[in-house]
Amino acid sequence: MGKTQVPAIEGWFTTEAQARLLGSRCKKCRSYFFPKEALFCRNPGCAGTEFEEVPLSRTGKVWSFTTNHYQPPAPYVSPDPFVPYTVAAVELAQEQMVVLGQVAAGVDPKSLRVGMNVELVLETLYQDDKAEYLVWKWKPVNG
Amino acid sequence: MAKDVAILGVGMHPWGKWGKNFVEYGIKACQDALKDAGVAWKDIQFISGADTVRCGYPGYVAGATFAQALGWSGARVASSYAACASGATAMNTARAQILAGFCDVALVVGADTTPKGFLAPTAGERRDDPDWLRFRLLGATNPTYFAFYARRRMDLYGATDRDFAKVKVKNSKHGLHNPNARYRKEVTEDEVLASPMVSDPLRLLEICATSDGGAAVVLSSMEYARKRTTKPITIAAISTVTPKYPNTIIEMPNFATDSAAVASAPEVAFRDSIAGAAYEEAGVGPEDVSLAEVYDLSSALELDWYENIGLCTPGDAERLLNDGATTLGGRVPVNPSGGLSCFGEAVPAQAIAQVCELVWQLRGQANGRQVQNAKVGITVNQGLFGHGSSVIVRR
Repeated sequence: MGKTQVPAIEGWFTTEAQARLLGSRCKKCRSYFFPKEALFCRNPGCAGTEFEEVPLSRTGKVWSFTTNHYQPPAPYVSPDPFVPYTVAAVELAQEQMVVLGQVAAGVDPKSLRVGMNVELVLETLYQDDKAEYLVWKWKPVNG
Repeated sequence: MAKDVAILGVGMHPWGKWGKNFVEYGIKACQDALKDAGVAWKDIQFISGADTVRCGYPGYVAGATFAQALGWSGARVASSYAACASGATAMNTARAQILAGFCDVALVVGADTTPKGFLAPTAGERRDDPDWLRFRLLGATNPTYFAFYARRRMDLYGATDRDFAKVKVKNSKHGLHNPNARYRKEVTEDEVLASPMVSDPLRLLEICATSDGGAAVVLSSMEYARKRTTKPITIAAISTVTPKYPNTIIEMPNFATDSAAVASAPEVAFRDSIAGAAYEEAGVGPEDVSLAEVYDLSSALELDWYENIGLCTPGDAERLLNDGATTLGGRVPVNPSGGLSCFGEAVPAQAIAQVCELVWQLRGQANGRQVQNAKVGITVNQGLFGHGSSVIVRR
């Protein structure tokens, strides 16, 4: 009955049950990048030009977060009526990088804390007549 | 001292929502700056325009657009785009021309017409543009990023909603008598805290509005200036640094920071390095600063800048604010103009407007908001995609 589910953007995450963000790693200096870097290594101490696709850690700790109460402009596709949404910046331990993502639907922002453990989930970001478009979101572990 | 250039004249079009073409704002600012400098437009040898990307083709070639509007004179020309740091980049371009000996006197101008509400990315289906994608995939407006920093201050340093509100209260008081400010109305902490939440913990009165506006400066060599004045105001430094890899603080419009897994984070973080480069170039330090114009895109962000420009150590900004040090009459007033809080943001004009304020302050012409005996002022600003901007002005 449900519409076809497709990623809102191709190639940025896997769609398996335990979804992972897809970054890239320089084959020379081993630096991680998200979104994927494919041309030239951004580490100024490295001249690498070859990269491998790597799934990133699917858990991390909240670095900061905010709930937006005003409807953003296009190209954000807003539900009607507008529903406030929360965006989190999450630190991945292994990659030592902070990655943004919306917070999963139904999570009370009052329950969020800096330093809290979160994991990656996929949810529908928006839909049209043809499909539901999926995006990664952060959700408190056991939350 | 050999690298100083003089600021002979400054001018602005008041900020607001005027609904006019950006050229009109820029021309008003140019005419005021030229008059202030006592230099005729036809004697300007170089025009440096700060670009606005929301005004289509003429906005992309601001230098020539303003040159045509003022009347073609054969002046050499440049146009600069660096988001919010566009004005500083345009000033730096003119400064370099002067210091290289290619010209003696230059006009720098930036002006903008903005839409109501959030600054939105360029229209169309732009799936390779991170600025477009952050809105599409995350709904990450500019205030989203400001709110991340504000929330971190609360977590790391115990900052409160009331601290953030106090910044707005201070700046609203500073801007009361500034004829170029858009908002000239005193607000109370309770009014700030009662205003609608935009991006938690930041409220409507704590986030800078989008505005129309224009600003211009006339720069010259020291030799040219000394023929006209015995006490020239000078630019001692312009910093336009980029971040050092890995940049580990999330910034507009990025989805992620650089990774510090392989290369460790630089000793000096990006926002600290912006003012740091300016201090080094000018040969002065934070202790020499009489006043600062900082980029208060949010009330909370002003507190970050206190630390980033060395007015206090990390975590001490709330104390500096609450002690009154950054209020007019205090040790080092910050945003005596009223800041973006009172002006709103007119992107390519903003960094130039900050310098105009320093000049008025250093000349003792900042009526109703004068910092007593101001000698050295610093501006700081940051454009998205990694454009640092800081200018040090002294008399």
